[in-house]
Amino acid sequence: MTWAQKVLADKSGRSRVEAGEFVVARPDAFMMHDIFAADVLGLLEETGIGSLDDAERVSVVFDHMVPAPSEHAARHQQKARILARKYGIEHVYDVGRGICHQVMVEEGRVHQGDLVVATDSHTTTYGAVGAASAGIGSTEMAYALATGTLWFKVPESVEVWLEGHLAPGVAGKDLILALMTLIGSDVAQNRSLEFHGPGSRALELADRMTICNMGVEMGAKFAVFPPPSASDRMGPYAARYTVDLATLEPMVALPHHVENVAPVREHAGIAINQVFIGSCTNGRLKDLREAASVLRGKSIAAGVRLIVTPASREVYLDALREGIVEDLIEAGAIVEGPGCGPCFGGHLGLLAPGERCLGTHNRNFQGRMGSLQAEIYLGSPMTAAATALTGVLTDPRVRTEAEREVAR
Amino acid sequence: MSPSGMTFSGKTWLLGDNISTDLLSPGHYVHDPMTVRLAHVLEAVRPEFAGGVQPGDVVVAGKNFGCGSSRESAPQHLKDLGVAAVVAESFARIFSRNAIAIGLPVLTCPFVAGRARDGEAITVSLDQGEVMLADGTRLQAERLPEAMLDVLARGGIVPMLREIGRR
Ligand code: SF4
Repeated sequence: MTWAQKVLADKSGRSRVEAGEFVVARPDAFMMHDIFAADVLGLLEETGIGSLDDAERVSVVFDHMVPAPSEHAARHQQKARILARKYGIEHVYDVGRGICHQVMVEEGRVHQGDLVVATDSHTTTYGAVGAASAGIGSTEMAYALATGTLWFKVPESVEVWLEGHLAPGVAGKDLILALMTLIGSDVAQNRSLEFHGPGSRALELADRMTICNMGVEMGAKFAVFPPPSASDRMGPYAARYTVDLATLEPMVALPHHVENVAPVREHAGIAINQVFIGSCTNGRLKDLREAASVLRGKSIAAGVRLIVTPASREVYLDALREGIVEDLIEAGAIVEGPGCGPCFGGHLGLLAPGERCLGTHNRNFQGRMGSLQAEIYLGSPMTAAATALTGVLTDPRVRTEAEREVAR
Repeated sequence: MSPSGMTFSGKTWLLGDNISTDLLSPGHYVHDPMTVRLAHVLEAVRPEFAGGVQPGDVVVAGKNFGCGSSRESAPQHLKDLGVAAVVAESFARIFSRNAIAIGLPVLTCPFVAGRARDGEAITVSLDQGEVMLADGTRLQAERLPEAMLDVLARGGIVPMLREIGRR
């Protein structure tokens, strides 16, 4: 079986399942964030459901509109807190704890082999620890919380076999952006993307999270790194790809679609007004560390705004202790509190018509960060930092090479 | 629901590929009253849709119907306008789940967008997993599993929750 089949079989009490079958499974973990928690729990209250099947499996994270930027958001969050208490949910991570997907991994709420559902499309992130995880809507979440079960269609799987190591200046973000064009949604749609091979073992957790996070942008149902021990005996796959990590280079997604990807060097020089480093895609310690390595001791270009949003309180504290936050602020960055920040255009860094932002997040749809006439480019934290220094889209390897020259 | 309650006949509204949740439920109007929101459904691709659709009509589309965000208003708006069912060559995962959850039948039917004709009658049989066109052509669709048919027969998840709540 594939990893997706194995997890769905385990969770539906079957010895094996076939792609295309529907199964009723018991997820191990459920997560809601502040945009939907009040709606889901409100629906349960309205329909007379007195208690959850298992409140212990449920997490609520306040991360999207935090701290509340409007009275409307504040009331919505207040309702979520009251209802979470009413339904006995103890795993509530309130304002300031961090972005839901980061918090779920840091708090050990998701594990290898788990089946996880959450009211957020980037739930695929937990594939980084070997969980099969997917987003669902709020009505389905209400049903799942009431009954502890949910139906799943067993997906076909696509194998991505990774070899080698990433070159300097290249990160997990560049791999997933490259896969957007190599695989694309025609092949990945509704399937489970499963990463195997020696290269996948060489990737850090932070990079694996970035990769699984953006699997959903190709329409994948799950994106997962199964444990290395499982690699040899898995299959069958609907399609297979092999990628040598050493051949990758910095990539950028151009407006207004995530599959619109090209090497950074081909578009270097485009003027950028705002650089955003953060989100559940790339707001981890490794990301901030890589950005700081580019920015340390320098200043961002005049006319560029650099917004950095650590993915969680832990990330923020670790970055403080390592001196990373100081490096970033000295270079000219605004460091925001942990949360989604401007990622989905809620607040804290929106764009005016005609402005361009290079961000490390996962979506560049028109209007995602404010004006419909703004443009969003997506790249790695190193590309973002190099771009902040020059004010134009910049391949981070160019600077590294130039600096090596100077050092010589 | 009786077996006949699983069959719908209506007029075809033919759409292309990649009909997104933004086209179905434009984000721009989310804070407007429901009548305003419904008036803008699909306006970017079929400006006459919201005003012209009749209860019982069937939306037929190409690939990747409902791509984009997880907003439940996308299937809900179609249901509120009276659409009886959506037949498409493929659906975005969260859209089809949400549609069934709110009680809007969806049926995956290969090649349907190339064969069906806009404005003509179409018959959709959920329990047979079949689509019949005005000229008598029958197209095989992917039959929904029993559990999903049951959710649809009960009108979606909310009535099911009410039943559980009453126990
Ligand atoms: S950081 Fe962005 S993509 Fe991630 S959960 Fe928050 S809004 Fe969604």
